[in-house]
Amino acid sequence: MTDTNPGAITSEVVAHLASLARIALTNDEIEKLTGELGAIVDSVAKVSEVATEEVPATSHPIPLSNVYRADVPGVTLTTEQALAGAPEHDGSRFAVSAILGDEQ
Amino acid sequence: MAEANELTRMSASELAGRLSSGEVSSVEATQAHLDRISAVDGQVNAFLHVSTDALANAARIDERRAAGESLGELAGVPIAIKDVLCTIDMPTTAGSKILEGWVPPYDATPVAKLRAAGLIALGKTNMDEFAMGSSTEHSAYGPTKNPWDLGRIPGGSGGGSAAAVSAFEAPLALGSDTGGSIRQPASVTGSVGVKPTYGGVSRYGAIALASSLDQVGPVSRTVLDAAMLHDVIGGHDPRDSTSLNEQWPSFAAAARAGAAAESLKGLRVGVIKQLDSPGFQAGVSQRFHEALQLLTDFGAEIVEVDAPHFEYAVAAYYLILPAEASSNLAKFDSVRFGLRVTPEGGGTVEDVMAATREAGFGPEVKRRIILGTYALSAGYYDAYYGSAQKVRTLIQRDFAAAFEKADVLVSPSAPTTAFKFGEKLEDPMAMYLNDVTTIPANLAGVPGMGLPMGLAPEDGLPTGFQIMAPARGDARLYELGATLERLLEQQWGHTLPSQVPSLG
Repeated sequence: MTDTNPGAITSEVVAHLASLARIALTNDEIEKLTGELGAIVDSVAKVSEVATEEVPATSHPIPLSNVYRADVPGVTLTTEQALAGAPEHDGSRFAVSAILGDEQ
Repeated sequence: MAEANELTRMSASELAGRLSSGEVSSVEATQAHLDRISAVDGQVNAFLHVSTDALANAARIDERRAAGESLGELAGVPIAIKDVLCTIDMPTTAGSKILEGWVPPYDATPVAKLRAAGLIALGKTNMDEFAMGSSTEHSAYGPTKNPWDLGRIPGGSGGGSAAAVSAFEAPLALGSDTGGSIRQPASVTGSVGVKPTYGGVSRYGAIALASSLDQVGPVSRTVLDAAMLHDVIGGHDPRDSTSLNEQWPSFAAAARAGAAAESLKGLRVGVIKQLDSPGFQAGVSQRFHEALQLLTDFGAEIVEVDAPHFEYAVAAYYLILPAEASSNLAKFDSVRFGLRVTPEGGGTVEDVMAATREAGFGPEVKRRIILGTYALSAGYYDAYYGSAQKVRTLIQRDFAAAFEKADVLVSPSAPTTAFKFGEKLEDPMAMYLNDVTTIPANLAGVPGMGLPMGLAPEDGLPTGFQIMAPARGDARLYELGATLERLLEQQWGHTLPSQVPSLG
């Protein structure tokens, strides 16, 4: 892929993807991933050679439809169980830091 | 009474027979395996956690048996569990630092079924982080070593489960197979592993990698043992909406019938042209063709089948898997479970999330999440993810055409024997291409088995034979697998796992 290709993997693209994926990558990681992802994407792009218009997509190996269950109350986790693995909680809710930053 | 050493070398079915006759107690069998783990796991590193309740659980099974209760066939037999499956009494990390020390509030369905059948959980086995890898080198807790050569990889992602059974630390183990994570480790450690039909075993409580590909299955040293374990863990589960709601035949009965078969007359065995490649290791191809000859001599008809789109399978897989994984792994957000890392000077919940994921995920996980995020991006979705899903259709059509000509399809389970640590670590594409033989079955949802077919002459390391059947045709794997296993063992005069070098 060349730089004129809109799909080219640049370090800016990787940094943007990392922010979308909520991973605070270091600059070194971004540089390394840029090279690696470029090679991987070049290799996997061959799928488009045979994926022609008339071929339908398959999202699931064994087609199933309308999986229903009886609408009855079941046993669920207690509050205590649900909070047991949380990094921080107040006894009934998960505790997190501010949702919005200063500028918001 | 059997010697402790003998107890660890028995197959699960033999051990089950001794347990039900009362010749051996579950406490004795469990203690023998715990002792073996203490003796060799320092070298092998198959276990991330060893259960502290195993002996007490074994004692309870012995009491119930003594009281005359009717128990499952495998009651009292010890088993190792891949760390991707949630266990209410043991930490479950999926090989990741982000889940270090996490104890789930519930059992995965296959684990709950094991407990209900009276099997004794010995501990949790090592794996590539979130099952991303073919060597266990991506585990955050250090790699597992191959018992056949401690300088080589045990396969992955389920290298811990495969190494545990081949090092006689457990007669049975559970694995999960998204692109070969049960079958490829079986191949390189000389053990048996089965990826059931997609939906044949519940995924409830299995930490998801790629939901449309993941399947839980058995790991063992014999075909019959895998079948017996499959009978225990399989079946419909309303908690997994992709679980197939149907009755399955007894796979143990299929394995027993296969072991007793007098001929394979009438069976059409399809050799997939694209997976009988001149690029494979010479000793792998040699053992594969010798096994085919054995099947021919026993009456099977060998037919060559063409699967022209298999050459696109690895490419499609490395778009579909990262796409699904990037979405599944969004749950590791530092809020409800697992690690939380607060950046210096604090920050918003998003800053905390990004710092946590940076610290908690290893390089391969980051690589695949970023790749998946890219594949799903607006503008590239059709070209990458959309095209990959079309390739999936083409591969399913290849399978359908092949199964018109053949009752089962076969190939080597992996293109090479176990490679050395570090050999493919710096070249992600080389590591990915290692899965060329196993990925097609996951993309199409069909069942596949890997079983030993001998040692490669050039390096003395195990090679694996893969059998695939149409969806829902898992019984065919056990039938033919047990026949081939018997024919090979008659030729060798011993089982393959018995030849592993002694450790400890």
